[in-house]
Amino acid sequence: MQYKSQAVAKPYFVAAIGLFVGQIVFGLIMGLQYVVGDFLFPALPFNVARMVHTNLLIVWLLFGFMGAAYYMVPEESETELYSPKLALAMFWVFLVAGALTIVGYLFVPYATLAQMTGNDILATMGREFLEQPLLTKIGIVVVALVFLFNISMTMLKGRKTAISMVLLLGLWGLAIFFLFSFYNPHNLVKDKYYWWWVVHLWVEGVWELILGALLAFVLIKVTGVDREVIEKWLYVIITLTLVTGIIGTGHHYYWIGAPEYWQWWGSVFSALEPIPFFAMTIFAFNMVNRRRREHPNKAATLWALGTGVMAFLGAGVWGFLHTLAPVNYYTHGSQITAAHGHMAFYGAYVMVVLTLISYAMPILRGRAANSPKAQVLEMWSFWLMTIAMVFITLFLTAAGILQVWLQRISDTPLGFMATQDQVSLFYWMREAAGVMFMIGLVVYIVSFFVKGDKVAEA
Amino acid sequence: MSGTFTKSMARNIFYGGTAFFFLLFLALTFDTNQALPKRDNSANLTPQVIAGKKIWETRNCIGCHTLLGEGAYFAPELGNVYVRRGPDFIKAWIQAQPTGTPGRRQMPQFHLTDEELDNIVAFLKYTSEINTANWPPNIEG
Repeated sequence: MQYKSQAVAKPYFVAAIGLFVGQIVFGLIMGLQYVVGDFLFPALPFNVARMVHTNLLIVWLLFGFMGAAYYMVPEESETELYSPKLALAMFWVFLVAGALTIVGYLFVPYATLAQMTGNDILATMGREFLEQPLLTKIGIVVVALVFLFNISMTMLKGRKTAISMVLLLGLWGLAIFFLFSFYNPHNLVKDKYYWWWVVHLWVEGVWELILGALLAFVLIKVTGVDREVIEKWLYVIITLTLVTGIIGTGHHYYWIGAPEYWQWWGSVFSALEPIPFFAMTIFAFNMVNRRRREHPNKAATLWALGTGVMAFLGAGVWGFLHTLAPVNYYTHGSQITAAHGHMAFYGAYVMVVLTLISYAMPILRGRAANSPKAQVLEMWSFWLMTIAMVFITLFLTAAGILQVWLQRISDTPLGFMATQDQVSLFYWMREAAGVMFMIGLVVYIVSFFVKGDKVAEA
Repeated sequence: MSGTFTKSMARNIFYGGTAFFFLLFLALTFDTNQALPKRDNSANLTPQVIAGKKIWETRNCIGCHTLLGEGAYFAPELGNVYVRRGPDFIKAWIQAQPTGTPGRRQMPQFHLTDEELDNIVAFLKYTSEINTANWPPNIEG
């Protein structure tokens, strides 16, 4: 570790992994509820489990992003963090607020929770992914602002690299676009229109800047390739991302009451959205092939390459699959969407956070890399989780194609639930793949506790 | 990536390109807002519809259902349920939950009053009258 204030990243990473486990547990419960409809009902209705599943994902990725920033920015800026104490304080605020929110979801009826937390003053709840009570939303804004202040002040007093600038831009964008979660007009079309300013402009916009910065940072470290080269690639990739992704928001505006020209804008620009992901894959492999050093952390390199490939497949290919308006007319809101969502989030954001953790955690624990034994286990977890996610995606895609056929294309369309019964085999197979994912996650956690011969001192 | 293409050129293209396309997005958004009243059924946004939307939100309906194709994919699309089922069926259905059929997906009982039921139906009627470019493909949603 070059700067001792980088150590504040460690609790962030630990919390991220802990919440990741929670996310997967609830995912398995939901997967079972898809086929055994009354499983855990009424103690845990599906909608509650889903809120916990998706909100935990968002929160643990945010923990991961913040930890990554606290680790990267001192090193990039060549100076200690502006205030490690503030970073640690915000860690606890965020963790406690997050935990209270989840407890609220699980043990208080949602309507009561809304009443208790000021939803009557400003109604923001009950919209997908933005289910958090008003108080939690305000808490997120406070934590984000204090975090950004801390990171920005650190950068201001030190070296300003392209990587840290891109990271900061992504993080500021994240905070700014989250503000649209407070805007909930009565007009449903406007509500949906601006809801995407949080959701789409996060995951297909500013989060990709964060993704690019994290990946570029790790690639510099593990390959030793010249910073100038890597940062040039980074700019090219994020240019492609935002040039395609901003207008690409239009692919959500086809069927929600917005003007129909969005079918053209959305189709054309989002058809180009795979390009930046493809560039990212080429970039990762290219840099690793041109490496000037053999970094002892093989696992981190594997995660970095995996991020490129899986982000391209999940976000790029599976996104393209249903993004053109004439196709989306049939697939919109089906299991195809779910298939894409799973692989895209895993490939892009889960994997990049795990890449950074894989690289940084050994150093935070006082060594350049984990023992070969621990790394082998970590690589096993990589393959288990990644292959499981490929299967989850394939099974959901199969379910989606059948669903679309039976319910929307056939001359004698079946109703929603009748269709669900027809495709239940694929839901069972998805659940089995989910169990495989959980096994991979357990192996991942075990890898942190495996000792073995030390590779090198940090 | 030849030697003539420098990092600062890449950076300038990034900032320029992003600014241009974000401004274009804002312009399209402005135009969309101008065009919406003809499509979004906002003329029928009565206090009852607004109250219904709040019930929709505070019962987290989106956690299982889709509305105009967005939401969870666990339960039927409700953007056109007013047309598919009609007001009386919707109210009776909500009141009859959960069905308790073993192994079937279950919807919670929300204990809505008659007024609240009328509100949610009004919201679903308003939603069904939004011009969605003929989506969904058929009545089944």
